[in-house]
Amino acid sequence: MAHATEKVAYNDRVVMQFAVATLIWGIVGMAVGLLIAAQLAWPVLNFDIPWLTYSRLRPLHTNAVIFAFGGCALFATSYYCVQRTSHAKLFGGKLAEWTFWGWQLVILLAAITLPLGITQGKEYAELAWPIDILIAVVWVSYGVVFFGTIAKRKVEHIYVANWFFAAFIITVAVLHIVNSLALPTSLWHSYPVYSGAVDAMVQWWYGHNAVGFFLTAGFLGIMYYFVPKQAGLPIYSYRLSIVHFWSLIAIYMWAGPHHLQYTSLPDWAQSLGMVFSLILLAPSWGGMINGIMTLSGAWHKLRDDPILKFLIVSLSFYGMSTFEGPMMSIKSVNALSHYTDWTIGHVHSGALGWVAMISIGALYMLYPRLLGLKGMYSTRAIEWHFWIMTIGVVLYAVSMWVSGIAQGLMWRATNEDGTLTYTFIEALKFTYPYYYIRFFGGFLVVCGMLLMAWNTWKTFAMAKGATRQTTILTEQVA
Amino acid sequence: MSFGWSVFVIVLTLITVLGSLWLLFATAHVEKSKTGDETTGHVWDGDLREYNKPLPRWWLWLFIATIVFSAGYVAVFPGFGSLPGTFGWTSDGELREELRVHEERARAIFAEFATQPIEALVNNPRAQQMGRNLYATHCTGCHGADARGNRGFPNLTDTDWQWGGDAASVVKTINEGRIAAMPGWRDALGGDAGVTAMVEYVKSLSNRSHNPRLAAEAKPKYDMLCVACHGSKGEGNIALGSPHLNDPVWLYGGETEAIFQSIAVGRNGNMPAHGWLGEDRIRVIASWVMAQAVSTEPVVPTAAAAGGN
Repeated sequence: MAHATEKVAYNDRVVMQFAVATLIWGIVGMAVGLLIAAQLAWPVLNFDIPWLTYSRLRPLHTNAVIFAFGGCALFATSYYCVQRTSHAKLFGGKLAEWTFWGWQLVILLAAITLPLGITQGKEYAELAWPIDILIAVVWVSYGVVFFGTIAKRKVEHIYVANWFFAAFIITVAVLHIVNSLALPTSLWHSYPVYSGAVDAMVQWWYGHNAVGFFLTAGFLGIMYYFVPKQAGLPIYSYRLSIVHFWSLIAIYMWAGPHHLQYTSLPDWAQSLGMVFSLILLAPSWGGMINGIMTLSGAWHKLRDDPILKFLIVSLSFYGMSTFEGPMMSIKSVNALSHYTDWTIGHVHSGALGWVAMISIGALYMLYPRLLGLKGMYSTRAIEWHFWIMTIGVVLYAVSMWVSGIAQGLMWRATNEDGTLTYTFIEALKFTYPYYYIRFFGGFLVVCGMLLMAWNTWKTFAMAKGATRQTTILTEQVA
Repeated sequence: MSFGWSVFVIVLTLITVLGSLWLLFATAHVEKSKTGDETTGHVWDGDLREYNKPLPRWWLWLFIATIVFSAGYVAVFPGFGSLPGTFGWTSDGELREELRVHEERARAIFAEFATQPIEALVNNPRAQQMGRNLYATHCTGCHGADARGNRGFPNLTDTDWQWGGDAASVVKTINEGRIAAMPGWRDALGGDAGVTAMVEYVKSLSNRSHNPRLAAEAKPKYDMLCVACHGSKGEGNIALGSPHLNDPVWLYGGETEAIFQSIAVGRNGNMPAHGWLGEDRIRVIASWVMAQAVSTEPVVPTAAAAGGN
């Protein structure tokens, strides 16, 4: 490793492109979520226009926040992190730029086809087969850029954040390709190659690992770079990184069947899905411990650094939803929680509390660094964003817990003659007020995003005058 | 699951769990840090370093506890390859057992009603309570929580019976289901103009305001094509389930466009058979449904009621 000292400029252009796209798609995706939350409270808001109906906008919302917002955040942070922790410029030249434009094309096609009602009907894998092929091509390019950069790294050890990014990139490629195998019948229609319970199992093997690798492993990669960076402290435990990384990726693979409890899936698969979900608790918490304990001895930094607040509170939400998940996979709990709003609350405490908050914290770190500034335009606005969003997420999650548990209890209440105590409409009437609270929680989250957009705009304006500091890598002689 | 697949699943399960346990013990050994600052000595990006603190004890035990619990769980329940588990539990078996217990309890409850005629159950408060429960469980999806139906789904609170309101007819409707098929007549009536004229004649049968010229034009065709099912004065036919056209009840909507649709392309009413509920329950439901049919509004067609169903 004893090379001569050389200077290499990082490829931060593509990082900046993805970082800006993250914010834009975040606002769009969450605004669509807000609209469909409003439709549940005020059904008239679909205006009897097919493209605006809940059934078409719901997949648009999930695809936009997971793959557009979350995906762009992962591209931006992984490209930023892998260069700096490999001490090397991104591999593949123009290939990185192609991943940006290719991914934006995927998002654009999704935004057109989903409201038109073109769907494969598989949750989180709705996009039609031609778009699936485009995703696979972009994703493989992403892998080439990322692993190419790792391969030409100038330091011996691969940093822990890159383990997680690597696992996320490889596994998502496998999941996406296997679950999307289909026989096309026309340009926008196809049949899956699987059928019946096998199709359901493949779908939820994909669906759960989309959560496990896209929304967990990928964002743990963000955590492992941005938390110690912002705190200025070493990661808590290397050995914990090793144990929880390998056990997390090995055990997540098995947990999918808990989405199919009490269905026609064979009993053994249901039980196995449940016990592996329980074993998943410790590996999940390993990441939370490593992140939060990194701050041990320096808790005062939380007081006046709102970015650190975003990062640490996101880890708290992560810990909470990874406790809730195994609990909900227990068959007797699942019998109550499945198909109710509880699931919606669980997903959003993970998606907003963990995924969105850690991304937002990372973005607040990225923009000024990429622009050669010391910090964002307004730290007070970040502080406000933090509190508005936290209150919004809590309102969202709590309202859905109450509504979901009540739904579960009312649906299964029976009389002595074995009949149902409540009709469906009675349970719906009970949950109605909570839909207003959920809408308000979502409204706060979107307000926070708009505040962030304003702050980012001001930061870019501020950078215009300043001389752009080019990021130069200086190779250390080992 | 074949033997080969069972072994495959067992081996993969063991590799995953034992591999995790091995990791826990392999990393438990604390090496003395060589760097002096307690970090591993790796540095990235200027200041990224890592400590190598021991695994938190409570976390370690949590990990092991979940594995121990899981091992016990798949020993007694199915989950370890194709091994059935020592409890012999299956989800299908659990369902059957629950159904058996319910059925036994219900049989005792319904026994007291089985000996009484349905007409008597109408005045039995306990039977009526049971009837409401059964209705709420099995019928509200189509007929509504208030039994007033919806477009295409008959209102059960009025005294208009499409298939007959006596106990035997109501039981038959629930037990075997009903299919009411109204064919489309657009071609037979000579296109849209003919349908439009027929709509006016149909309105005239219940004395609604209508265009007399068009109604007169359509009458001969009514007497030829429609009369077989709906009767010469629109009195309908219970045996065929063909609705009365001379009352203010409009199952598929009474506005001009809805009547046009009914005549032009037809309607298919389908009440599914509920025989699987068993005679005891069906009799109680029938008694409750009959008790709802109390709306005594006179079946006199009026123009004001035109929009109702």
